[in-house]
Amino acid sequence: MSSFDIKRVWYYFTRYIDNFLLAGIFLLMLTGLIVLYSATGGNPGRVISQMINMVIALLVMWVVANVSLQRIMRLALPIYVLGMILLVAVALFGEVQNGARRWLNLGFAHIQPSELLKIAVPLMIAWYFDKVQITLRWRDYVVAVIILLLPVLFIMRQPDLGTALLILISGFYVIFLAGLSWRVLAGLAVAVAVSLPLLWSFGMHDYQRKRVMTMFDPSQDALGAGYHTIQSSIAIGSGGISGKGWLKGTQSQLDFLPEPSTDFIFSVFSEEFGLIGNCLLLSLYLIVIGRCLIITARAPTRFTRLVAGSITLTFFTYVFVNMGMVSGILPVVGIPLPLVSYGGTSMVTILLGFGILMSIHTHPKLVKT
Amino acid sequence: MNDTVELRDHSREIRHFRIRLVMSAVIVVILFGILLGRFFYLQVMQAEHYTTLAEANRIAIQPLVPNRGLIFDRNGEILAQNYTAYTLEIIPDQVKDLESAIHELATVIEITPEDRRRFNKLKRESTRFKSLPIRSRLTDIEVARFAENQYRFPGMDIKAHPLRHYPQGELVSHVIGYIGRINDKDLEQLEADKRLKNYHGSTHIGRIGIEKSYENALHGQTGFEQVETDAVGRPVRTLSREAPVAGDDLTLSLDIGLQQAAIDAFGEYRGALIALDPSNGEILAFVSKPGFDPNLFVDGIDHANWRLLNESIDRPLNNRALRGVYPPGSTFKPFMALAGLELGKRSVRYGFSDPGYFSLPGSSHRFRDWKPGGHGWVDLHKSLVISCDTYYYTLAHDLGITNIHNFIGQFGFGKETGIDIPGEVSGLLPSPEWKKKRFNQNWLPGDTISVGIGQGFNLATPLQLAYATMLLANDGKAYRPHFVKQQVDHHKNLVEDDFVTEMFRLNLKPEYLDHIKRALVDVTRPGGTAARAGVNVAYTFAGKTGTSQVINIKQGERYNANRINERHRDHALFIAFAPAEDPKIVLTVLVENSGSGGSTAAPIARKVLDYFFLGKIPEPVEKAG
Repeated sequence: MSSFDIKRVWYYFTRYIDNFLLAGIFLLMLTGLIVLYSATGGNPGRVISQMINMVIALLVMWVVANVSLQRIMRLALPIYVLGMILLVAVALFGEVQNGARRWLNLGFAHIQPSELLKIAVPLMIAWYFDKVQITLRWRDYVVAVIILLLPVLFIMRQPDLGTALLILISGFYVIFLAGLSWRVLAGLAVAVAVSLPLLWSFGMHDYQRKRVMTMFDPSQDALGAGYHTIQSSIAIGSGGISGKGWLKGTQSQLDFLPEPSTDFIFSVFSEEFGLIGNCLLLSLYLIVIGRCLIITARAPTRFTRLVAGSITLTFFTYVFVNMGMVSGILPVVGIPLPLVSYGGTSMVTILLGFGILMSIHTHPKLVKT
Repeated sequence: MNDTVELRDHSREIRHFRIRLVMSAVIVVILFGILLGRFFYLQVMQAEHYTTLAEANRIAIQPLVPNRGLIFDRNGEILAQNYTAYTLEIIPDQVKDLESAIHELATVIEITPEDRRRFNKLKRESTRFKSLPIRSRLTDIEVARFAENQYRFPGMDIKAHPLRHYPQGELVSHVIGYIGRINDKDLEQLEADKRLKNYHGSTHIGRIGIEKSYENALHGQTGFEQVETDAVGRPVRTLSREAPVAGDDLTLSLDIGLQQAAIDAFGEYRGALIALDPSNGEILAFVSKPGFDPNLFVDGIDHANWRLLNESIDRPLNNRALRGVYPPGSTFKPFMALAGLELGKRSVRYGFSDPGYFSLPGSSHRFRDWKPGGHGWVDLHKSLVISCDTYYYTLAHDLGITNIHNFIGQFGFGKETGIDIPGEVSGLLPSPEWKKKRFNQNWLPGDTISVGIGQGFNLATPLQLAYATMLLANDGKAYRPHFVKQQVDHHKNLVEDDFVTEMFRLNLKPEYLDHIKRALVDVTRPGGTAARAGVNVAYTFAGKTGTSQVINIKQGERYNANRINERHRDHALFIAFAPAEDPKIVLTVLVENSGSGGSTAAPIARKVLDYFFLGKIPEPVEKAG
């Protein structure tokens, strides 16, 4: 094969990939693997299995990046409908694990349909807004809210408050970016403020209330729910400015941290690499998010703009909520640190989003009629 | 036209969108800033605090409890030792349903209701995280059976503990004492003494006897180990270690053979016996009969056994030798005689015709001699040999209470001897001041008369009698009575072997002492009150009998042992030393409720002395009448 041929293959292989974004993703993944090795107490098995997760997720990203925008748009409605059918199926036939009905047994695999909705909901709302063509009127927003709340309510009933909130937020980002008027936004803010006490009294399960309570005063339940927050804060704080060094974090190596390879992987990182490591990691996330914002800003159509914006801000939300909960300023909700935490599902979901962003960025711009 | 509107709308939409995007970007930066601030707070401002917490998390300081020192008798016979006992412990916090778990446990190894009660008591007194014993002294078979089934019992574990054992049991219980579990009161005391640090991890402390008085020597120095532990408290590795130093071993002056011979000599009787070496104050035998099994107390005595010991009419927990107070009776007479000679109220040659009673001038009350009709012509020598009461009634009257109090007080009556086990009582040597204070009554001349024969208000412990006898045998030289001869550390290096304390020396005239000693030798010879005990004796055996009244006999009544409740019969007393010319051993024998000193106490003394001098193990005596 001539060098020309290699170049051509390389070109076709990478034409829809955004190298800048990919580099950021790779760096975060690498960080994740390094911390994972430490968090698992030097277990190469977990690291290899995470690498496999990453390869699968990257493949998904590559495939999605190669899909044209029209096709993604055409898929928005069917995916959403499929997701809703599966949610109904979960409510009817789902398996109960740890007191929550989240999983569906398809015979050959167990799936958690709420994951699918994380992508489907913003796609669907953006698709609807795009369909409207003209300037959005208030009743379009009402339709969008219905599209959003339908799955959210189902997921809340499972109950899976964390996922429900994330989907709510990702849908909200679409509506916000679509230009919902400030007056309505202000009204919403008031409504949320009013409904929080109601949610507290009627809409939450005991364990959820406990989590919130614990956030405000972890020492109240130092050996129970607050234990995670306290131990995590100890890990981060004792890391100091320069950290204890890789594989040398006492909190993580001696099992004081809960879920050190998934939700609390950041406290492992923070203990071993200190404030300096935290700054570098935050910068890395900021660069990735910045790149995504640029892609969003350059997106050609209403659909792509809204989808790209929502994906970007949702990604940011993951990062913020995870770090916030691990460092004790947000309640403990089961949200992994994107691209770093161990786990295949979230990796695939995240990279699927980046795939869409790359597709938006690299496919020939369609001139809007 | 339509197109323009569309286009204008389009660019306006993009402009609006970009504004919102920029706002989002600003919010992103702000929120990241908040995170950064939080990290700064945790990792810079609070770094020290959290570092301390992390260290506290991971580093556990585990005390290393030293082995308690051993106790031996003078010939190396072991009196207190340690062995490893297996204890089944439960951490209540780690057991879901404690009741049913213990119920199930009882199907694997025996758990008595007593064990449960003790466990429940401990549980109430401690935190849920503390490991508490439910069964101690598991046999090897029980250990194996539990180990097989351990998977069924989370939160339960077998722990090896060093446990104290007293192989001689009852024989030396009143000397060695015992150790017991440390309680809150002990902790307070240790705290006050600034010794608490050395007791981290220690479970037991000396309660009575040698175990208590030599607690500091026996306990040893607690070591410490810094261990890194994981979240569930499993030790991961040792960071530093300061080894414990085992307690010192003690060798006592006690001779366990002599002790055994003494106990055997008592036969069925209760009582006390003290044998000491007058040349240095070392105690050779120390009997308080009945004794008790000190091993019962080591891990907390159970209720049934406690009741048995505490409510027994024989009062086995009462240390008669140390804490029992008895009127010294006629054993008081040699000291009175010496007082008479030293204070010039009597001469060796003085004698009088004994009518069998004494009356104070102007009183019709008769202080009667034990022998109706009297002993005929009585001088000092005879007064001791036949134990004439009348002689001492008159002598007491002539001396007066103050003289008696001051002179006899020099022999240690009414004072603690300073023996090296705790709990000694001081007895009572009466004086007018004492009576005024105690009863708010004036001293009556009649009070003095009873004191003269060791009755009345007089009270002495067998130990005090032994001490006073030592002074007599020693020509006035006083040594502190003590048990410990030698203290060595766990490498067998000598720590201390000079426990002999010469306390003082009374200035007594040798010829007076000589005279009294010769009289005491004649006590065990034909005609003396202890003649039967002195038959065929192979050494010069000096002694004095005594009878200690338990109840007062009314004027005009006669003491009739057969008519009196056994527990109200007189106690027999005997003090002795031998050989009289160069005493090697001093003895005090008290036999409760057995009558006169000559018939029961003196034969016991004889047997002990025979064992001491001749190595002959005496045959048990039959209980008299």
